[in-house]
Amino acid sequence: MAIVVVFLPLLAAVIAGFGGRAIGDRGAELVTCAGLIVSAALAAVVFYGILGQHDAQIIPLASWIVSGGVDVSWSLRLDTLSGVMMVVVTLVSAMVHIYSIGYMAHDPHIPRFMAYLSLFTFFMLMLVTADNFVQLFFGWEGVGLASYLLIGFWSDRPTANAAAIKAFVVNRIGDFGFALGIFTVFVVFGSLDFGTVFAKAPSAVGTTIEFLHWRVPSLTLACILLFVGAMGKSAQLGLHTWLPDAMEGPTPVSALIHAATMVTAGVYMVARLSPMFEYSATALAVVGVIGGTTAMFAASIGMAQNDIKRVIAYSTCSQLGYMFFAAGVSAYGAAIFHLFTHAFFKALLFLGAGSVIHAVGGEQDMRRMGGLWQKIPYTYAVMWIGSLSLAGIPLFSGYFSKDTILAASWAAGDAVGRYSYCLGTFTAFLTAFYSWRLIIMTFHGKPRADAETMHHVHESPWVMLIPLFVLAAGATVAGYFTRGFFIGEGRTAFWKASILVLPAHNSLGGVESIPAAIAYLPLVCALLGIAVAYLCYMVRPGIPAALAMRFRALYLFLLNKWYFDELYDRLFVHTAFVLGDGLWKTGDGTIIDGLGPDGISAATRELAREASKLQTGYVYHYAFVMLIGVVALVTWYLIPR
Amino acid sequence: MHSFAPPALLPALPELVLVCSAMLLLLIGVFRGEGSSRLVSWLAVLALVVTLGLAVRVGLEPRVSFYGMFVTDPFAAFMKTLVLLGSAVTILMGMRYFEDHGIARFEFPVLVMLASTGMMIMVSANDLITLYLGLELQSLALYVVASFDRDSPRSSEAGLKYFVLGALASGLLLYGASLVYGFTGTTNFAALATAVSSGGAPSAGLIIGLVFVAIGLAFKVSAVPFHMWTPDVYEGAPTPVTAFFAVSTKMAAIALFIRFLVEPFGPLLAEWRQIIVFLSVASMILGSVAAIAQSNIKRLMAYSSIGHIGYALIGLAVGTSSGIRGVLVYMAIYLFMNLGTWAVILCMRRNGQMAEGIADLAGLARTQPGLALALAIFMFAMAGVPPTAGFFSKLYIFLAAIDAHLNGLAIIGVLASVVGAFYYLRIVKVMYFDEPLAAFDRPISAELKGVLLVTAIVTLFFILLPDPIVGPAQAAAASLFGK
Repeated sequence: MAIVVVFLPLLAAVIAGFGGRAIGDRGAELVTCAGLIVSAALAAVVFYGILGQHDAQIIPLASWIVSGGVDVSWSLRLDTLSGVMMVVVTLVSAMVHIYSIGYMAHDPHIPRFMAYLSLFTFFMLMLVTADNFVQLFFGWEGVGLASYLLIGFWSDRPTANAAAIKAFVVNRIGDFGFALGIFTVFVVFGSLDFGTVFAKAPSAVGTTIEFLHWRVPSLTLACILLFVGAMGKSAQLGLHTWLPDAMEGPTPVSALIHAATMVTAGVYMVARLSPMFEYSATALAVVGVIGGTTAMFAASIGMAQNDIKRVIAYSTCSQLGYMFFAAGVSAYGAAIFHLFTHAFFKALLFLGAGSVIHAVGGEQDMRRMGGLWQKIPYTYAVMWIGSLSLAGIPLFSGYFSKDTILAASWAAGDAVGRYSYCLGTFTAFLTAFYSWRLIIMTFHGKPRADAETMHHVHESPWVMLIPLFVLAAGATVAGYFTRGFFIGEGRTAFWKASILVLPAHNSLGGVESIPAAIAYLPLVCALLGIAVAYLCYMVRPGIPAALAMRFRALYLFLLNKWYFDELYDRLFVHTAFVLGDGLWKTGDGTIIDGLGPDGISAATRELAREASKLQTGYVYHYAFVMLIGVVALVTWYLIPR
Repeated sequence: MHSFAPPALLPALPELVLVCSAMLLLLIGVFRGEGSSRLVSWLAVLALVVTLGLAVRVGLEPRVSFYGMFVTDPFAAFMKTLVLLGSAVTILMGMRYFEDHGIARFEFPVLVMLASTGMMIMVSANDLITLYLGLELQSLALYVVASFDRDSPRSSEAGLKYFVLGALASGLLLYGASLVYGFTGTTNFAALATAVSSGGAPSAGLIIGLVFVAIGLAFKVSAVPFHMWTPDVYEGAPTPVTAFFAVSTKMAAIALFIRFLVEPFGPLLAEWRQIIVFLSVASMILGSVAAIAQSNIKRLMAYSSIGHIGYALIGLAVGTSSGIRGVLVYMAIYLFMNLGTWAVILCMRRNGQMAEGIADLAGLARTQPGLALALAIFMFAMAGVPPTAGFFSKLYIFLAAIDAHLNGLAIIGVLASVVGAFYYLRIVKVMYFDEPLAAFDRPISAELKGVLLVTAIVTLFFILLPDPIVGPAQAAAASLFGK
C-alpha cells in the first residue's frame, strides 16, 4: 500500500504531463487531484499501520547500483518519522492540488502545472521514505528539479526565470556539501544504508579523517557537510537568498514547496540522521546556532518587506530556523512537531495570500491593498487563524510546537540552548509584529487600490475556499490533539527507534521543570508584538514612517535584506564574470583559437575528407583493401618467428 | 562416430520452430498472393516472439546436441534474444515503408526469418562446420534482402556488392578453417580447445588459420579494414533492411566472434588479442573521423556502427569475463539506441519521398518536437553522454579495459568518442538551432511510434534499472567462462 502512496502521484504526473493534450485541462485536474486524494487517504492508513508495529518496515523495490563495495537499492522505509512526513506531504499536496484548480483556472498550461505538482509530490515522498543516502539524494535532487520547474513556471517573465535559476544555483552549493557528506559517510562507514550506518555511528566517535595534514573528526565532518545540504534546501542563513525570490512562482507552489514540504526536507534529514548527529556535539551546536540566528535574522527582514508573499517567505525561513535550533538541542520530536503544525498554518497563510492576490487581480504589494476585510470575509478569517497559529497564541497549533521548542532550548541548559532561547523569544515578538502588520495593511484602513480594482474584488470560489478551511482546521486543533504523541508523555512510544535521543540530551524531558517566567515570556512577547503592530499601523499610522526616517540606516538594512544579495553579487557573481571573461578572451580566444585557428578541428575535417575519399564505390578497390588487410595481419604474425 | 543415435532436438527447438514457421508463412504467402504481406509480417513477428521465448527457456542451462556441433547456454540465449528482438522490430518498422514504396511482398518477412535462423545457428555454433553453415544461411538471405527493391539501381548495387565481397570473405574464412583443421585434426570447438591448450607453442599454420577465420568474421561485423562494403550497402539498401543489417547481423556476428575466440582459442588470448586490438583501434578511429564528412544520415549511421563495433571489440580484446560482459551490455544497449534511431530515420519522409540528408532534419524541434526529442536522446546516447544508457555501455567497456591494463586502448577509445561526439551532437544542433524546413509527413505509423517510445525509455531510464540487462549479461558472460 505504501508503494501505491508513493507511486500514484508519479502515475498521475505522467498521465497529466504526457497525456495533457488528450485529456484536456479538466482531465488533468481530475487525474492529479484524484491521485493525490487517494494517496493521502492511503497514507493515513499506512501511518495507522506504522503506529502498531515496533520496528521500521523496509519494503524493497529493486536493486539499483551494485558495484564493488557500493550496494544501493530502491526501497521504502516506513517508520514513525517517514509516516508523519508522508501524511503531511500528501495531505497538504492534495489541498494545494484542489486549490490550484481555482487559482490557475485562467492559465493556458494547466496540465503541465498539475503534472509538475504531482511530480514534486512523488519526489518528496521518495525523499522521506528513502532507506539509504543515495535514494535520499535522488528525492532531494528531484524536489529541487520540480521546484526549479515550478518557480519558472511562468517562463515568459524574466524575473521568474532568474528566480528559478537562482534557486537552482544556490541549491547546487548546498547539494555539493550534501554530496560530499555522502562521500564522507561512505568513507567512514563503508555503507550507505541507514540501518548499517546508524548501527556503526557510535563506534565512529573519536575517529578522524586526515585532510591536508589536518585531522578532522570524521563523524562531525560528515554531519556538518550533510547539514550544509540541509541549509541549502531549507534556506538557512547564508544559503537563504533563493527562497524569497522563489515567490515568483504561482502561489500554490509557494504554499506546497516553499512552505509546507520541500523546504522542511532539511529538518527532516537532521531528524532522520539523529543517530549520527547525537554523537557529534559540535555538529549539533552548529545546527543550533545557525537555526537560532536564521530565525531572528529572517524575521527582522520580514518586518520591512512590502510584498505580501515575501513577508510570508521570510516568515517561513524564520520558522525553519526554529525547527533547526530545536534539533540543535536534540528536541527532534519538537522540531518535527513544529514542522507538522507549520505545514498547516504556513500553507494556510500562503493559500490565503493567494486568495487575496486572486481577489485584487494579481497585485502583491501590500501598499496597494487595504480595506479588503468586508469584501473577502472568509479569506480574512483564515488569515487570522493562520497568523494566530504562527504567532503562537494559546490553543492554536503553533502555540504548542513553538512553545515547546523554546522551553526545550532553555531546558537544554547549555550555551547554545540559551542563545537560541533568547533569539527565539525575541523572534516571537517580531513574528507577531510582522504578521499583524500584514493583516492590518492588507485588510484594514482605507483602500489604497484604485476604484476599478476595488470594484472587482471578490471572494474566491469554493474550490479554493474548501482547502483553506481544511488547513484552517488543522492550524487550529491539530496541535492540541497530537501534542501528546509528538512531544508529550507518549513520545518514546510514538517515535520508537526512528529518532534517537541520548539520555544526556533529553531536553524535552526538562520542559516541565523550567521557571514559569521563562515559559510565559514568549507568549508575552507575541502579545506585545500584536499590540505594537496595532499601535503602529492602526492607531497611529504615522509611527512607522517616522521610525524609518529616524533610523534610516537600520530601515534600509532590513529593507535590503541585510544586503546579502549585494554581497554575493560582489563576491561571487562579479568574480565569476571577471574570471569567465579572462578565460574566454585569453584562454579561448588567444590560446586555443590563436595557436591553431580552428587547428584541431580543421585537421579533423581534413582527415575526414581523406577517409571518405577511400570510399570509391568500386568493388575491386574494396576487395583490394581487404586483401591488404589480410596480408598485413598475416605478416604481423609471421615476421617475429 | 560409430553410432548414429538420433540427436536430441530440444536444444535446437527454437531454430526448428522458426524455420518451420518460415516455411508455413511462405506457403500462406504463396496461396494468398500479393495482398498478404501485412498478414505474413504480423505472423512473422509472432513467430519471432515465440521463438524468443523458447530460446530464453532452452538456454537456461548448457546443452550440447547434434554430436557436439550445436550448443545452447545462457550466452546463446542472451545473444539470440538480441537477434530476435532486432529481427522482429525490423519487420514491424518495415511494414509501412514497403507499402509506401510499392514493394510490400511477403518474401521480406520470410527472408528475415530465414536470416534469423542462420544467425541463431551462428550464435549456437560449437563446430567450424556449424559456424559456416549458420553464416552462409544468414548471408544468402541477406544478399537477397539487400537488393529487395530490385527496380532501384542503388538497391541492386548494394546487394551485388555485398554478395561479391561476402563471397571473398567466406572464402578467406573457409581457407582459415581448413588450416585450423589441418593443424589440429578437428573442427569441434571443445576438441580444438584441448588441442590448443596441450600443444605448447602454437604452430604458425594454426595461427594463420586463426587469422583468416578472424578476418572472415571481421568482415561480418564490418571492422576496419574489412568494412568497405558497409557505407555503400547501408545507403543503397531499403532503410528497414539497413536497420536489420545494423542491428541483428551485428549481434550474431559479434556473438560468433566471441564464442570462436573465447571457447576454442581461449588459451591463445595473447595471440589473437593483437588482431582484435588492431581492428578495434582502426574501427574506432575511422568510424569517428570518416563520419564527420557525411551528409547522408544512412551513411553516417554506417560509420557510426563501424565505430561502435570498435568499442565493443575492446571488451573482446580484454578477453575476461568482465570484458565479455561489457561487450554484451554494449550490444544490448546498441540494439535499443540503434533501433530507435532507425525508427526516426524511417519517419523522415517528405511528400512520400525519403529525406535522407542530415540537413533535412533542420528545425525538427519546432515542427515535430517529440520526434526531435527522441532522436536527441539517441544521439546523446550514441555519443555516450550521461545519464543515457550509451554512457554506461562505454563505461563498462573502458573499466574492463583498464582492469586488464589495456590503458592505451581505453584512452584511444575515449579520444575517439570525443571526435565521434561531434557528429552526433551536430545532428542535435541541426534539429534544435537551424531554421525549420517543412515538416515530415504525418501521421507516423503506430508501429514506429511504439518502437520509438520503448527504445527511448530504455535508453533514457537504463540508469534507474540496469539489472534486467546487466544481470543476464553477467550470467551469459560467466557461462562462457564457466566450462
